Amino acid sequence: MLWNTLLLALRAIRRNLMRSFLTILGIVIGVAAVITMVTLGNGATKSVSDQIASMGSNLVMVVPGQRFGPGSGGAPNFKSADLEAVRNQISAAEWVAPVVSKSVTAVYQASNWATVVAGSNNDYFRAGNWELAHGRTFSETEERAGKAVCVIGATVREKLFGGQNPVGSEIRIKQFSCEVVGMLKPKGQSAMGSDQDDIVVMPLRTVQRRLSGSQDINRLSVSVRDGASIDAAKRQLTLLLRERRNIAENEEDDFRVMDTRQIAETLTGTTKILTMLLGAVAAVSLLVGGIGIMNIMLVSVTERTREIGIRLAIGALEREVLLQFLIEAVVLSSLGGLIGIALATGASMGLAGVMGVPYIFDPAINIASFLFSAAIGVIFGYFPARRAAGLNPIDALRHE
Amino acid sequence: MSDPALIRLSAVTKTYGQGPSAFQALKGIDLAIGQGEFVAIMGPSGSGKSTAMNILGCLDVPTDGSYEFQGVHVERLQRDERALLRRHFLGFVFQGFNLLARTTALENVELPLIYRGHDAGARHAAAREALRQVGLQGWEHHTPAELSGGQQQRVAIARAMVTSPLVLLADEPTGNLDTKTSREIMDLITSFNRDRGITVLMVTHEPDIAAFAGRVVRFVDGRVDSDHRQGEAA
Repeated sequence: MLWNTLLLALRAIRRNLMRSFLTILGIVIGVAAVITMVTLGNGATKSVSDQIASMGSNLVMVVPGQRFGPGSGGAPNFKSADLEAVRNQISAAEWVAPVVSKSVTAVYQASNWATVVAGSNNDYFRAGNWELAHGRTFSETEERAGKAVCVIGATVREKLFGGQNPVGSEIRIKQFSCEVVGMLKPKGQSAMGSDQDDIVVMPLRTVQRRLSGSQDINRLSVSVRDGASIDAAKRQLTLLLRERRNIAENEEDDFRVMDTRQIAETLTGTTKILTMLLGAVAAVSLLVGGIGIMNIMLVSVTERTREIGIRLAIGALEREVLLQFLIEAVVLSSLGGLIGIALATGASMGLAGVMGVPYIFDPAINIASFLFSAAIGVIFGYFPARRAAGLNPIDALRHE
Repeated sequence: MSDPALIRLSAVTKTYGQGPSAFQALKGIDLAIGQGEFVAIMGPSGSGKSTAMNILGCLDVPTDGSYEFQGVHVERLQRDERALLRRHFLGFVFQGFNLLARTTALENVELPLIYRGHDAGARHAAAREALRQVGLQGWEHHTPAELSGGQQQRVAIARAMVTSPLVLLADEPTGNLDTKTSREIMDLITSFNRDRGITVLMVTHEPDIAAFAGRVVRFVDGRVDSDHRQGEAA
């Protein structure tokens, strides 16, 4: 009986192709809007979290002072003893890299480029999740002796060397020249909008001797072990550094401990909320599409009163007529859902390309939208179907 | 052969509305119709013949009195039970043809078979055969809009006959047709009655159409005014 009713419904839809198409237009647009919004939102979230993951999502940064950025506001820098203490006493820390950074101008032949030198060691690459595109990292001798060698970021390479392989060349920084031993794979913009690839990394000792002229360390980059709690690591770091820096209990920290996951959560949280909002707005249009279906079905019931009369006279049961109209509505709205999904796939692929976010097929939202559109058929089809099935066959047959 | 009767109305009344505005369309009808009869129901408009037809067609129930169809008390049946009765034993032909628009002749004829649950193959075969019997071979894929009135009524007859019903109820089947076409339609209906023994109940107000029937029941003012059998129709 269900199969027969489906057949009847399909015939009725085919008989009124134009009207059927107009009926489902609302659903098509609604479904397409919901899926496109959510897919693009997911893509945006993904691209934000990718950027942050590229910073090392388990990275904790410790800087003196309460501000992030240059100038510690009078708070003392860290010493190498602090570095050792962190290495030895924070069990959750996997890699601890000291960083001394200086703004410099790097020169290669006729090109020069204002960039930042980070003095550190190989732990810098491990903690920051950096990978090499060419060359190598520092040798132990180079680190210990403070040799003039450097690993450059992709932006510096592009500005100074163009497309050339920089490994083996020498660049001038301030008064000394420095051999490029490696090049980092690009990471793109950081979550804060700065270019992470605009960097020259040198051994810590080299920078301390030749550029900063002191044994101080500007920053500690700490990567937290997989599975270890970042919050716990941050608490331990804070306690340890307060103790080492002799901060009284009622005084505020004169340093900050920040983790990228925090930034990541804040930023992806924003895009997630936006995605949800856009999805909700689109869902309203889906609802409006459902009301459109109800409208057309009600008109259809009135228009097809005679047909219903014929069916009832021929011996259709009330529930068969109910089912026919219900299935018509569900088939229509599901069809709308399918077309909407197809449309959304095309639109999201195109828009993702234009917006520069990755296209991620989200099966959940596609299935949910489809089921929702089918449900709309049931809900908004029921009332008109009920009305059709309840008609008196004699009156229905007499209807003009 | 008409005892026990296929159809028996006993003291049937039908009242529309309630209170002072109530209108009694049938004022006590007794009527027995046997298997294989061809009965024409005549009468002026407002005489209650359409109301009686609706009750006979199980589309409506009497306000009072009883209607036995094959010994079953139709007045005691639920709406869906009456629908099943129509589905399995009755065929309808209307004055206005009442075919589904934008639907081919074949699909129109198949419609009652769909409700009977026949599979597609059996449906097509039976519908084609029914169309052939009404002389519409080759017109299977035409929609009502592409058919003449007479052809449309033939499709309607094929739709009524495709289930081989016990009773064919025809409500002014020739009301919208010219004289020549009316004759053809009546010949068709008569042949189903004569050759297949199908009981025919037909409402008409045209005496020459009623002349095809073996028995004429005349309604006047909600009562049976006369009921007589006539000799073999010409």
